[in-house]
Amino acid sequence: MDTEIVLSADQIVTRYGSVQALHGVSLSVKRGQVVALLGANGAGKSTTLRTLSGLVPAASGTVRFLGEDITRIAAHRLPHKGLVHVPEGRRIFGEMTIRENLDLGSFTLRDDTERRRRMEHVFEIFPILARRQHGDARNLSGGEQQMLAIGRALMAGPKVLLLDEPSMGLAPQMIREVMNIVQRLNREGVTILLVEQNSKVALKFADYGYVLEAGRIVLEGPGSKLANDEAVISAYLGNVAA
Amino acid sequence: MTFDLVVQQLANGLIVGSFYALIALGYSMVFGVIKLLNFAHGDIYMTGAFVGLVVFSAVGVWLGNGWLAVVCALLASMLVVGLLGVIIERFAYRPVRNAPRLSILITALGASMVLNGGALALTGGRHFAFNTDLGYSGIDISAVHITYTQMILVASALILMGGMQTFISRTMYGKAMRAVSIDMGASRLMGIDVDRVIALTFFMGSALAAGGGVMAGAYYGSVHFFMGFIMGLKAFTAAVIGGIGSVPGAMLGGLLLGLLESFGSSLPFVGSEWRDVFVFGALILFLVFKPTGILGRSVVERV
Repeated sequence: MDTEIVLSADQIVTRYGSVQALHGVSLSVKRGQVVALLGANGAGKSTTLRTLSGLVPAASGTVRFLGEDITRIAAHRLPHKGLVHVPEGRRIFGEMTIRENLDLGSFTLRDDTERRRRMEHVFEIFPILARRQHGDARNLSGGEQQMLAIGRALMAGPKVLLLDEPSMGLAPQMIREVMNIVQRLNREGVTILLVEQNSKVALKFADYGYVLEAGRIVLEGPGSKLANDEAVISAYLGNVAA
Repeated sequence: MTFDLVVQQLANGLIVGSFYALIALGYSMVFGVIKLLNFAHGDIYMTGAFVGLVVFSAVGVWLGNGWLAVVCALLASMLVVGLLGVIIERFAYRPVRNAPRLSILITALGASMVLNGGALALTGGRHFAFNTDLGYSGIDISAVHITYTQMILVASALILMGGMQTFISRTMYGKAMRAVSIDMGASRLMGIDVDRVIALTFFMGSALAAGGGVMAGAYYGSVHFFMGFIMGLKAFTAAVIGGIGSVPGAMLGGLLLGLLESFGSSLPFVGSEWRDVFVFGALILFLVFKPTGILGRSVVERV
């Protein structure tokens, strides 16, 4: 059934110390969808992802993944279940080789044959990573590092991928390339929750979108509808360059 | 300097240097994963020597005082003290891991005092003889006699360090250890149980220190509650010279420090009582001119 909700947040509240970052965010992601989470700097987009993947605990509210309440489950147990988070700023292991980075993506996998199969798949999607697999990850360009971050996440065999601003700091051509890959992964069956500040990029192919402002969802709707609602979007997101 | 003297100091330097390297390795590994200068590490080494002596004396009844008993003492001490390291991490360091840096540093000083004071209370501050029967046969290079015991000690230390290096570079948990030392948050997103990796690091680092303690105890024939203090400082120095956080750096730093100490104290007009001057002089020079050490990289503070 293609309308099954695989990931949902219900009224999640997240605090950093005394600062409340999320004020009851609810969203849901259906199997096979690309869902965009939009908002200006500081609106709470990354915090939402970090709460979903367990990096920061929710003060209240519920996160469900594949029908299971994962609100209190430790972050390191989620990749194995199929919920994989590609963090803001890529966070690759710079002093390790590209291959080691990919190996770590499949840390919880015990089956070496499967690990090789996944790595071949990643190398097929990102040939540059195959060519430079024995080099240190920090020597990659920004776009290549983003590819490594996504490739590393694919090594975990994700059912749902949380992508935090994959376009950040990339040249327009590289943004297109990364977005093409995101679409390809989606066609291959990976459900995607995409955080973007760049709404034009994200809404081009998102099935559904949410707009966050100051820790609250202020707008939501099908991607095509939001894309046509440019005036409203730019009111919330500020002046966003394409 | 005569050829004999060079050979003699080379041998001395390698032996003491391989002890330093074993201790420095654990120091460096712990610093790598949680950025803590574990002041208790020298006391872990001391505890390892005592546990080794207890086991050695206990099994000596059946196994005699030879290699078999020493190996038993070594392995048992590595296991027991490795677990002690895990316990210290679990109950002393983990609760303050996310507190300001100074808290965990002070906790480490406290852990050091507990071990040191505990050993003083239990032993009454006496020296205990570690009487092995390992023999003095060996080979002669020119006029210098190098015993098989010395060679075996150095070889054992190198094997332990090589095994550790292989573990860290080849196995999944070794890679996880490096990942945690680079970026703890990103490691969790890989599915790595960071707490478990840190516990493993403490186990291995403490076990190596205990191994060094048993070897040093057996080699010098004596253990004492205060033996860990100076060793902790020297291991720290070795880790800094090699590049703190770097595993090959700790081994290199340890061996270099041992050689520096033995050659330095054999210079004309300089006696062996000067050897600590060379060690800590080197520490100061490195901290001033090359704080990242020989193989270390600068640590980038992550917000």
